[in-house]
Amino acid sequence: MTNLIDGSEVSLRKFLSNLSPVDQIGAESRAATLATRSIKNESKNWAIDLAIRMVDLTTLEGADTPGKVKALAAKAVRPDPTDPSVPSVGAICVYNDMVKVARTALDENGGKNIPVAAVATAFPSGRASIEVKIQDTKDAIANGASEIDMVIDRGAFLSGHLGEVFDEIRTIKDLCGEKAHLKVILETGELVTLDNVRKASYLAMLAGGDFIKTSTGKVAPAATAPVVYVMLEAVRDFYALTGTKIGVKPAGGIRTTKDAIKQLVLVNEVAGPQWLDPSLFRIGASALLNDLLMQRMKMRDGYYPSPNYVTLD
Amino acid sequence: MNNFEYAQAPESTAIVDIKSEYGLFINGKFVAPKSGKRFETINPATQEVLAKVAYANELDVNLAVSAARNAFTKTWSKMPAAERGKYLFRIARILQERAREFAILETLDNGKPIRESRDTDIPLAAAHFFYHAGWADKLEHAGVGNNPKPYGVAGQIIPWNFPMLMLAWKIAPALATGNTVVLKPAETTPLTALLFAEVCQQADLPAGVVNIVTGDGTTGSFIVNHPGIDKIAFTGSTGVGKAIAKAVAGTKKSVTLELGGKAANIVYEDAPIDEAVEGIVNGIFFNQGHVCCAGSRLLVQENIQDELIEKLKRRMSLIRVGNPLDKNTDLGAINSASQLARIKEIADSGDLEGAQRWSPACNLPTKGFWYPPTIFTGVSQSHRVAKEEIFGPVLSVLTFRTPAEAIEKANNTQYGLSAGVWTDKGSKILWTAQRLRAGVIWANTFNKFDPTSPFGGYKESGWGREGGRHGLAGYLKAGN
Repeated sequence: MTNLIDGSEVSLRKFLSNLSPVDQIGAESRAATLATRSIKNESKNWAIDLAIRMVDLTTLEGADTPGKVKALAAKAVRPDPTDPSVPSVGAICVYNDMVKVARTALDENGGKNIPVAAVATAFPSGRASIEVKIQDTKDAIANGASEIDMVIDRGAFLSGHLGEVFDEIRTIKDLCGEKAHLKVILETGELVTLDNVRKASYLAMLAGGDFIKTSTGKVAPAATAPVVYVMLEAVRDFYALTGTKIGVKPAGGIRTTKDAIKQLVLVNEVAGPQWLDPSLFRIGASALLNDLLMQRMKMRDGYYPSPNYVTLD
Repeated sequence: MNNFEYAQAPESTAIVDIKSEYGLFINGKFVAPKSGKRFETINPATQEVLAKVAYANELDVNLAVSAARNAFTKTWSKMPAAERGKYLFRIARILQERAREFAILETLDNGKPIRESRDTDIPLAAAHFFYHAGWADKLEHAGVGNNPKPYGVAGQIIPWNFPMLMLAWKIAPALATGNTVVLKPAETTPLTALLFAEVCQQADLPAGVVNIVTGDGTTGSFIVNHPGIDKIAFTGSTGVGKAIAKAVAGTKKSVTLELGGKAANIVYEDAPIDEAVEGIVNGIFFNQGHVCCAGSRLLVQENIQDELIEKLKRRMSLIRVGNPLDKNTDLGAINSASQLARIKEIADSGDLEGAQRWSPACNLPTKGFWYPPTIFTGVSQSHRVAKEEIFGPVLSVLTFRTPAEAIEKANNTQYGLSAGVWTDKGSKILWTAQRLRAGVIWANTFNKFDPTSPFGGYKESGWGREGGRHGLAGYLKAGN
């Protein structure tokens, strides 16, 4: 824990209420201006490969099966089987019970270095007792998850029980220990205001989250530009305060290469170029990967391939 | 390895057809100047000559004024108001259709970034014509009596900082209220006004309703002193504004003046800091600081000064200075050599008087006129950089301890055009706004314009208002 707070709810509240407010209109307008930046062609090649390395390739459906997850794992290792120069993705992200399947499939396919991220703590709603959330997390880690994407208790946050949210994150962080990286999902679509996004970002960072993540992907709106903008400001300022770099993971709604590059522009200008790295920025997505692959082929060959040239999963 | 570089994404200039020589636009036609003289207009970003423009002498101004008088008596004042409105709507639509052409030409002639001419200047100019088109047949509701009448011929002189937008601010209300116009664009930025003359032809505007004469300050004085002109509208420096006020004193001419400013941008401790930083940047670096209402004095509450200045410096180092035609450019070229010299002279006085200068590292192009984004900290009220209008990308930072002190310092200037207030507390915004002596006060934003909102100054920042219902009053004689 940082020395910014002493762990008591009083000091936490004091810290969060002293944060500078966010002016919604101003933040939206700045995020919109940054969306008009255009980047060089050589940089685009680099950006596409970087974005691929940042993808947390995700499947979070009730209908997920071991077969589906194995296919996803194969795609994560070699997104484009016809082109070995395409890098592997950042991680694959699945439900708790699919962690073992995913881990084994990755290991067998030459993806030992690709982490498995498990959504945990009663994803996506977070509505369960702390005992259930603890067990959920333990399970995931025991089965080989090295990244835990936990959801915060939005009900507690919105009703002002900030200490509860904080303690829950701390508890999960302690379980993760050295074994797993903790991403804290704020579900910004339910927090609604940018002031809340900033507060929740700091709360998660103070409690020990390694990453702050926008959304579950189950609630709209998800990773909007102003939300990501405010979260990037938070990690930038937290770094200035503490010397600790926290990662950011937008998830939900980022489907095209253009969307992904806009995210990278935000990272570059708001948090700074140091954050342009999969260890500090991830994109939670499923459909995005194929668009990145198609753009990559277009940059290589000069024309867009038919969508049939990229594999479904 | 980080390779994230923005591309040069220059707008193509192919769409713009710049002629090698321009005449004066008098009585619906381009005519050669009686003066026989022409002068060059250059691209301030490259110093390349763009075109030769006619120089209007007294004879030329006389012709323009009599064309305008003729059009006023015979056509424009007799036309049903709804018909006048139709012409304005038509002009507005043509401006929208040719927006890209106007934006690129504006950027070439003025040096401002294409992002601004494309997203601000030209759309707002069209909006002014749309807004005033709607007023043309509703003038009895303008608040100046039941049957308000136009003055007749309006002589209008506009500056180089927003050439096309200032033209729209002047011509749209004048035509909507039934006046005819002799307009002189600034010496360094005449091209969009001449393109606008083509738009008048394209819209079939009756001959003589709009006349455009190009030239310098002397040409302007022929307009100001012409006995055939009923109304003078001027936007420019306070010095020239005072001279105009003297020249028309005792004549029948009605006058509106829109002059300089030295706006205070007040940031309270409870402000949304990150957005305030954006607002400060937008307030002083928008249009290279060539903005009469620029937020050129930052008044920051002393207890947040360090944090704010640190964030401001970080943000300033992201400002992209360079080719104005590049869509990624944030800060373009200074409009002229003389303006650059003026900026340098006042900014250098800041060094001499003991303020601390800071600019981010930036590579300025070798050709053209450039000045890096600059802030002075440790400025006090008596420094020239705190008192004089610099009209460039130079910000003076002052501090205050209490709200009352902020008001005192903000009002301690001969100007009173605009001001900004940054706080998350609504009550504090209202408290502050009530006490600031400035025509426009922005709360938690800066440099936002809309045709429905009146604009104008207190004290030496001007007489009268432009835009909105208040702006119409400047072109109407009160009826019964």
